[in-house]
Amino acid sequence: MNYFPDEVIEHVFDYVVSHSDRNALSLVCKSWCRIERFTRQRVFIGNCYSISPERLVQRFPSLKSLTLKGKPHFADFSLVPHGWGGFVYPWIEALAKSKVGLEELRLKRMVVSDDSLELLSRSFMDFKSLVLVSCEGFTTDGLAAVAANCRSLRELDLQENEVEDHKGQWLSCFPESCTSLVSLNFACLKGEINLGALERLVARSPNLKSLRLNRSVPVDALQKILMRAPQLVDLGIGSFFHDLNSDTYAKLKATILKCKSITSLSGFLEVAPFSLAAIYPISQNLTSLNLSYAAGIQSSELIKLIRHCGKLQRLWIMDCIGDKGLGVVASSCKDLEELRVFPSAPFGNHAAVTEKGLVAISMGCPKLHSLLYFCHQMTNAALITVAKNCPNFIRFRLCILDATKPDPDTMQPLDEGFGAIVQSCKRLRRLSLSGKLTDQVFLYIGMYADQLEMLSIAFAGESDKGMLYVLNGCKKLRKLEMRDCPFGDSALLTDIGKYETMRSLWMSSCEVTVGACKTLAKKMPRLNVEIFNESEQEDCDMEDEQRVEKMYLYRTVAGKRNDAPEYVWTL
Amino acid sequence: MENSMGRHETEMNFKATELRLGLPGVDEMEKVPSNYSVLRSNKRSSPETSEVESINKTNLNTSNTICHDQDNAPPSKAQVVGWPPIRSYRKNSLQQKKGEEVGMYVKVSMAGAPYLRKIDLKVYKSYSELLKALENMFKCTFGEYSEREGYNGSEFAPTYEDKDGDWMLVGDVPWEMFMSSCKRLRVMKGSEAKGLGCF
Repeated sequence: MNYFPDEVIEHVFDYVVSHSDRNALSLVCKSWCRIERFTRQRVFIGNCYSISPERLVQRFPSLKSLTLKGKPHFADFSLVPHGWGGFVYPWIEALAKSKVGLEELRLKRMVVSDDSLELLSRSFMDFKSLVLVSCEGFTTDGLAAVAANCRSLRELDLQENEVEDHKGQWLSCFPESCTSLVSLNFACLKGEINLGALERLVARSPNLKSLRLNRSVPVDALQKILMRAPQLVDLGIGSFFHDLNSDTYAKLKATILKCKSITSLSGFLEVAPFSLAAIYPISQNLTSLNLSYAAGIQSSELIKLIRHCGKLQRLWIMDCIGDKGLGVVASSCKDLEELRVFPSAPFGNHAAVTEKGLVAISMGCPKLHSLLYFCHQMTNAALITVAKNCPNFIRFRLCILDATKPDPDTMQPLDEGFGAIVQSCKRLRRLSLSGKLTDQVFLYIGMYADQLEMLSIAFAGESDKGMLYVLNGCKKLRKLEMRDCPFGDSALLTDIGKYETMRSLWMSSCEVTVGACKTLAKKMPRLNVEIFNESEQEDCDMEDEQRVEKMYLYRTVAGKRNDAPEYVWTL
Repeated sequence: MENSMGRHETEMNFKATELRLGLPGVDEMEKVPSNYSVLRSNKRSSPETSEVESINKTNLNTSNTICHDQDNAPPSKAQVVGWPPIRSYRKNSLQQKKGEEVGMYVKVSMAGAPYLRKIDLKVYKSYSELLKALENMFKCTFGEYSEREGYNGSEFAPTYEDKDGDWMLVGDVPWEMFMSSCKRLRVMKGSEAKGLGCF
């Protein structure tokens, strides 16, 4: 039923960019599906085991950019044992064989071997962009291969990866002919790098806009680099350690003045006290500031700096800023949209930030839409106030360090507070709960959180009803993850069709049994139901009544995977 | 009555030869000073947190340190696996940083050695750990510490220079006090150190 020739439809499709919209297009009719297939350049796969690499390549031959996510989110918190999976090699192998012209690869929580990087670097002539987030399994040798072989490399972005440092000269492997770099981020590397090679690389990269250094880059090298790259927009400082009276510091201050384009600043992995004044001249231009790794900065210095940052939209800091400091943020950063406050002493006893800081922020920053807040306590009254002041939340993640702490003023659970959040924030897509919570909070979530896509729960709830409220009510739910909740078989098995509408479900230290998981797996062949058996005993046959310590299930068209380790049982 | 007296006797004898972290001259029966770090098992008193404990039995890591007077010790928080939910990468760099921020590197010299070494005192949690490390580093032994005799009977003895510039025998003062006053270490020959052991 096409009134237009294919070429016209293709042209129209060019304007449809978002993954979900493109997915929708492909469902309209067979011919649209066909046209969409051949023009699709960017594919996002949220769970690398939901489809096979061969299938991907077959369906999207014009693929240029692939995003893959591997391990479940709770792997970030050491809840997934080593060796679970998420290997990228089969994907690169399949893409290489198929002659797809891959240009961009973005991976999160995947295992990336040096071999994969080597294969990647040799297989795709136009490869431009590699982004690795929270990955592991590679060394600087793999990076050397990428540097040496990817002739048109524009972006090498390594975020929070565990990289084994072989102290090689990987940076020197960028050939003299490589002048196309736009973004280079190696802040997570622990080892030394060749400073001369870095300087020369920066000097021959006129398009370099983003540069994030690791701790091994000292201040004098930083100064030289900044001289070469005054066009930088995003800077990650490695070491900011220097003598305040030195020539180096004076030179640095002068150089920084010239960097008028910098709008994003991060790093400060090592800081000399009272040295932040060097940054003041560019602070007013900053829209993004990430000091969450800058343990060396005193809160008073931090506060002084923030007073200068009137244009800030994104701020990541540590909780040593304190409630008072957050008050300063609230009065200085009226355009703030995203705030993350990380704990500086996760197991300590001193009070860093509380509900007061959050309330202050909500009063001063009405545009706030993304929050990650680690605090010592929270009250219902505060949450209700925050909900009223900031109805635009898209992401609301609260982590009370004492996981089951009630409202300290009333000793009540925090059901009402979170209830206010979901009721007021109609666009909420991601929610993480903590503190003392009963089934009531889940009733509220099921009732009001229509747009909720991801929910993270820990130590909450009283009965299966809680989980059922969520499964029944949240129509757009894609990811549900919970630990240490009293939800069991009845909750798991009441609405099994729901799981095919979701990407995945994680339940650890809950009350589901092996028998229930087996039942679920039998009834739903298009789900992989994985149980992790970490006990040392050689229990080949787990009893049905046995409680499951960790269960991860996800929808898939690829069937049972063949790379699961011994402890993973796919039922 | 007899039993308790007898027990008191044996305890006293035992304690005399024990490497203790008490001030010299303190009565054995006195309570341990309030800045004594202790490894304790997890005893909760608040109902909310006991709920956590019962749900999470298999995951609890029950070792914890507190630095409080034992009478008024607050319920120690168990370190639950994966809580608070911070990425391991971030957690690791926090720990690294803490170590570096307050890293206490002191020079260590050894009688007869051509060059000095340096160690980070913050890495060690007790005298026994420190002494073991020194023994390994310099391939020597210190023997048993006693308040009266120092490291009597061994070829070498560990000593340190304190804030006042005095050379002291390692082990006399509580660990925390040692940590805050130690400026440098020296492994002395037993014969050199004899003078330090006597009061």
